[in-house]
Amino acid sequence: MIKLSVNGKTHQVDVDPETPLLWVIREQIGLTGTKYGCGVAACGSCTVHVDGVAQRSCSIPVGSVGQAKITTIEGLSRDASHPVQKAWLAHQVPQCGYCQSGQIMAAAALLKEKPKPTDADIDAAMTNICRCGTYQRVRAAIHTAAGNKA
Amino acid sequence: MTHHRKLDRRQFFTSAAAVGGGLTLGWQIPGGAIPGLAQTVVAREVGIWVVIHPDDVTTVRIARSEMGQGTLTGLAQLVAEELECDWSKVRAEYVAPEVNHANKRAWGDMSTGGSRGIRTSVDYVRKGGAAARMMLTEAAARQWGVPVGECAAANSVVTHRPSGRTLRYGHLAEAAAKLEVPKEVPLKDPKDWKIIGQGLKRIDTAERLDGSLTFAIDVKLPGMLNASIAQSPVFGGKLQSWDAAKALAMKGVRHVVKLDDQTIAVVADGWWQANQALKAMPIVWDEGAHAKADSAQIAAFVKTGLDAAEAGVSQKKGDVAAAFAGAAKKIEAVYGSQFLNHATMEPMNCTARYDADGKLEIWVPTQNGEAAHAAAAQAAGLSLDKVKVNKLHLGGGFGRRGQSDYVRQSVQIAMQIPGRPIKLIWSREEDMQHGFYRPITQCKLTGALDAQGNVTGLHMRIAGQSILAHLFPSRLTNGIDTLQFQGVNAEEFGYAGIPNLLVDHAMRNTHVPVGFWRGVNHNQNAVYMECFIDELALAAGKDPLEFRRGLLTQRPKHLAVLNVAAEKAGWGKPLPAGVHRGICQNYGFGSYCAAVAEVSVSAQGKLKIHRIVCAVDPGHAVNPDQIAAQTEGSFVYGLSALLISENTVKNGRIAEGNFDSYEVMRLEGMPKVETHVVPSGGFWGGIGEPTIAVAAPAVLNAIFAATGKRIRTLPLKHHDLRRA
Ligand code: FES
Ligand code: FES
Repeated sequence: MIKLSVNGKTHQVDVDPETPLLWVIREQIGLTGTKYGCGVAACGSCTVHVDGVAQRSCSIPVGSVGQAKITTIEGLSRDASHPVQKAWLAHQVPQCGYCQSGQIMAAAALLKEKPKPTDADIDAAMTNICRCGTYQRVRAAIHTAAGNKA
Repeated sequence: MTHHRKLDRRQFFTSAAAVGGGLTLGWQIPGGAIPGLAQTVVAREVGIWVVIHPDDVTTVRIARSEMGQGTLTGLAQLVAEELECDWSKVRAEYVAPEVNHANKRAWGDMSTGGSRGIRTSVDYVRKGGAAARMMLTEAAARQWGVPVGECAAANSVVTHRPSGRTLRYGHLAEAAAKLEVPKEVPLKDPKDWKIIGQGLKRIDTAERLDGSLTFAIDVKLPGMLNASIAQSPVFGGKLQSWDAAKALAMKGVRHVVKLDDQTIAVVADGWWQANQALKAMPIVWDEGAHAKADSAQIAAFVKTGLDAAEAGVSQKKGDVAAAFAGAAKKIEAVYGSQFLNHATMEPMNCTARYDADGKLEIWVPTQNGEAAHAAAAQAAGLSLDKVKVNKLHLGGGFGRRGQSDYVRQSVQIAMQIPGRPIKLIWSREEDMQHGFYRPITQCKLTGALDAQGNVTGLHMRIAGQSILAHLFPSRLTNGIDTLQFQGVNAEEFGYAGIPNLLVDHAMRNTHVPVGFWRGVNHNQNAVYMECFIDELALAAGKDPLEFRRGLLTQRPKHLAVLNVAAEKAGWGKPLPAGVHRGICQNYGFGSYCAAVAEVSVSAQGKLKIHRIVCAVDPGHAVNPDQIAAQTEGSFVYGLSALLISENTVKNGRIAEGNFDSYEVMRLEGMPKVETHVVPSGGFWGGIGEPTIAVAAPAVLNAIFAATGKRIRTLPLKHHDLRRA
């Protein structure tokens, strides 16, 4: 049994410690907002916060998580009221939406670290793939969430 | 379109009430506000497209698929416009394919490709909305005992004009639902539109912000198992042997299932377990005839088409040979483009449950509900009425999910494990290596100029793979794939002023499966034609914009968008040092597009695309903000293809396995995209695809302006852009 703290709740899961955190979150804990896109830390669809830092959960063995606090998209806010979620709505960022949990989690972590990110900061932090191509609106929405002038 | 057909209404909710195991679809009425939906809805179905609830919440039925392109909102806008309902109360639900089938396709074509989602259903969905409005108004008039002509509907309320009395749609729906659906249904004059043409927010965004939207990959069902598959890595190869015991010994693994000669699956409790076991299981493939094929061989084979005597003709006008013989200048160039996987963000997946009593249910992300329905029934050997299809929103489609290979496979597995839902998810590697790739082609262009720099002749010879030959050989016309000529056929081609013209195609099919990739053949055809037009302009000593204007005089709509893009980009005006422009235009999927790109190339050869200005004329623009979103998104897709994406063939198989080797554009690389929607009215063009075609040629033409280098083969990453 592995003990895991996800969105403020403690879970006991009976899985191989090598199982990627992504699949434990999706299949054992049942939170499917965190997505599988590549499994090799290349796309960012599976981004969650591990002690507040954006991490790609497909490449973290669940056995290595320990006491760390995991936050998934479902735990980012209670009612989509996080400034990033609000800005995402205002800018109509999502297209298919599949990558957006990861984009939003990456953006929220960026703003926590750099409340007023520059374009260069956004370029460096937002490396998640979006095949629908929502990047222009992702950038604009991050600036809005930060209270930056467009 | 018939609107007065008796429907088997009870069947509706098979899809709407959705999936067991507590799954609710994100786009249903929030909070399940309507308990007992299935009972109340039938009585409140006004015509076949609209259901109106007591609180005026209006559910619009959608037959097409939402994959990010905003069609759900666009279609709902069309219905709501004619329905005269309160837009803030509009919701949407899918029509289930088996219900459409049982009702003789009352909701029409469900296929969502070719940018057709809106443009081919505009008439009947608007009529559906209008008919419902007429029925609601009639119901109000009867209740008041007044002539219907004295009543008017707006904002989900019917008003009796002389007395000022009002009744809400929610109150009228039950009575309206009992009325005959009118046969004569006039539509509004476009000048009276209030909802069509507005850049309204999508009605389905909220569930994409908090992880609550259930994609097919997220479906949870009681007793469900997960599957991962391996298909012959070499296309056309076969399974020879495998060591099932090895997989079965691993934790959580339940079954090893052979699907057919090319495909084997491991089924486990969890998907990661299934995939790990699949990777660990020794499989021997008979690689077949193509085991040695590689990209170089394929390129050499395609090249033989460039000068082949035999070719299928699309356009033939005048005498190109004579034009070349008499030319003051003859220009020739050869271009080429690569295989490309769709790489939708959500990998292929489908869940199926087969019950031993001969019933099948699937949960599927599909661009074509009817094709998925048929594929599932066929794989199970069942009639269509025994198969239930739950359509879920797609995590990207781009043409890939018009195919139903993954649907068939999930059914093939489920048939062998009756009674248990099986969720098949392809690993990203499987998805990368078993796509329906954008076809590989090369193109030789030959142009003739007279002494004044007028184009007197043009021959475009395309050589390469045909999508129709691979997917729908019956749609070839005398052996010719007419689709191959997208953008350069007589109907779409802009440069009608060229007196001697020949456009033809020498088909060179490879063993690599090909398919419809967002924008389809427009992508490479526009690169070939629009870059070569720049080459001709250069040879003629003319400005690329002026040169095009001269050739487009017979095509006012092509010309108009070109002028808008040029003007908005400030063509001819000074730019910051080092920044250069390129321009192009293309007409496809019923919409006119043009773009101007601004780029710079550093001394080290590093390209920066600063801005692309796009003008698009889709005739009627249903939602300009969604058109802008589609333009932005299509440019990212198209520029990935131009710059870095590529599938190559090694030892008969696709060499790339994941996003580490199949590179795609990320945020950092995206230029500022400025979209100018200039609807000229009178027609309905597509939007998901048309704009993609103008991104790459505009950038290539700008790169030439910046460096003097004419790049003719994609992707660009193989070229040294340092100034010659
Ligand atoms: S699924 Fe984890 S980075 Fe792609
Ligand atoms: S919104 Fe579709 S992949 Fe990003």
